[in-house]
Amino acid sequence: MNNQQFPFRFGKVSFLFDKKSFYIISLLTVLAIVTMVISLGIGQLFISPVDVIRAILGQGTDMQNLVVNSFRMPRILLSMLAGAALAMSGAILQGLIRNPLASPDIIGITGGAALTTVMFLAIYTDRSNTLTLSIHWMPLASFVGAVSIGFLVYFLARKNGRITPFRLVLIGVGIAAAADALTSLLMILGPIHSASKATIWLTGSVNGTNWNEVITLAPWVFGITFILFIYTRRLNMQELGEDLAKNAGQLVQRDRFTLLLLSTSLAGGAVAFAGGIGFVGLMAPHIARKIIGSAFGALIPVSALVGGMIVVIADILARMLFMPLEVPVGVFTSIIGAPYFIYLLFKSRK
Amino acid sequence: MKAIQTEQLSLGYKDELIIEELDLTIPKGEITVFIGSNGCGKSTLLKSLARLLKPKDGSVELDGKDIDKTSTKDIARQLAIMPQSPTAPEGLTVLQLVKQGRYPYQSWYRQWSEKDEEAVQYALEVTGIKEFEDRTVDSLSGGQRQRAWIAMTLAQDTDIILLDEPTTFLDLTHQIDILDLLSDLNEQEGRTIVMVLHDLNLACRYADHIVAIEGKSVFEQGDPDEIITPQLIHSVFGLQCQVTCDPICGAPMCIPYSKQRQMKGANRYATQQVQAN
Repeated sequence: MNNQQFPFRFGKVSFLFDKKSFYIISLLTVLAIVTMVISLGIGQLFISPVDVIRAILGQGTDMQNLVVNSFRMPRILLSMLAGAALAMSGAILQGLIRNPLASPDIIGITGGAALTTVMFLAIYTDRSNTLTLSIHWMPLASFVGAVSIGFLVYFLARKNGRITPFRLVLIGVGIAAAADALTSLLMILGPIHSASKATIWLTGSVNGTNWNEVITLAPWVFGITFILFIYTRRLNMQELGEDLAKNAGQLVQRDRFTLLLLSTSLAGGAVAFAGGIGFVGLMAPHIARKIIGSAFGALIPVSALVGGMIVVIADILARMLFMPLEVPVGVFTSIIGAPYFIYLLFKSRK
Repeated sequence: MKAIQTEQLSLGYKDELIIEELDLTIPKGEITVFIGSNGCGKSTLLKSLARLLKPKDGSVELDGKDIDKTSTKDIARQLAIMPQSPTAPEGLTVLQLVKQGRYPYQSWYRQWSEKDEEAVQYALEVTGIKEFEDRTVDSLSGGQRQRAWIAMTLAQDTDIILLDEPTTFLDLTHQIDILDLLSDLNEQEGRTIVMVLHDLNLACRYADHIVAIEGKSVFEQGDPDEIITPQLIHSVFGLQCQVTCDPICGAPMCIPYSKQRQMKGANRYATQQVQAN
């Protein structure tokens, strides 16, 4: 090998690391931490980065400790986790479908979560506009929606026991449209209160996140990420196309199912807690590919870091621009994401 | 010696049969080339030999064992196929691509053994693309890119290599280049090579064994010197031609008739021939 890669071998365990990827991932990790520290200081009470670090270590004033550790930290960690999860979900789909325009929004996963969330709000709101079931069950409803739509799309896209990327996208777009229509219908027919709550959820918001939500989502995201690392080489092979994957001895259909399950679970977890934050699953892996290339061993962590940072930055804007009013974070990811999507479409047309 | 054998093999998509009840033997250690008109099923047949397509009926045997009953990973260590015009994802480097050839030998924790490294190095060197290993596949020229795919196939380290039109979209220089490379691999390392080629004359030049496919089955097969005749070309391709001798290799060479352009400039070449003599 030349000096760009270095092998690691220990007994039967062996990996090849790429120096450039290593540096880039380290750099992005530092950047992500800096972004989070800055974000922790921003709000109605401005706190300097140095004071933020002091507060994290529990050495700030009581007020600073409270604001940083109890109010802002959970929402920022959740933004990071949700962004990373959506980005990895998109990276998997883009590899699986072999198309840079694939993302959890487009194949209906987010739409499915929206539908069940609105159903939850409509069903459990009584006449006096109060929820009859604790709001803490809402993430479960979202998750169930994301995963069931993911599988509905998967099974409808199957033909003769196999699934082709093209059918997956077509069926996904169709199901997403149907889910959107039902969601709108429920919002119009449902109680006013739940409709406004649903609108915030649909756009994606991390406002009022508490530590419990972070503690629920974190192991989920980290667990799936670990399984994903075991699957990176399969994903690399999938991206060369079905014929070559089969040639290499891969059980293509079985691996597609597993990878779709991982992607859906990641997106489902993210939307369950942060709502339908749009376009991160599309943008982040795409930017990551520009930075690091197509090998998934590096693409997955870079996508995750980029995705997390996009949501954290969008959340800073969401809190700052119209202070004291707070806008859902998804508004900003969509404001950047939608033109990006059009740019991608435009570029791929040429 | 046989490398691959089919027994009563029928192939097709949906209700349409493309190959019917075919018994075919691919000789070991030789270059076999499938020829036939467009849509005759030569690519389909090649795919089925590599288990990329499930037979409608009958079986394909590798080393005397039914490939349908052999573990797909085991097959991947004996046989590699390079599909027609494969595409690499944007931004993938040559090294990353060639590494993928080692897939059948790896697992999630064993991704770069010394053996993997040797095989990849060998593949990069023998195909002459070592210097491009850090470049992305999409930045290479057509000929270099094709070499990168062949390198990936070689890294798989199999005795049998199948290639579906490895020379399409290449100019003549690079076609010869690729075929010389495959011919070397066959001669020096005894690898069995099976490929689909469009160019009849190159097929005749490089093949030890030609399989002409027509009418859902093998029309004729054997040494090109023996089987390539104007009658065969007419039956398989529906083309009128003369068969002469390739002045460089002595292999049969087909020269097709055209409707309008006959004998134009014949005198000029005749004179040149005389002068050369």
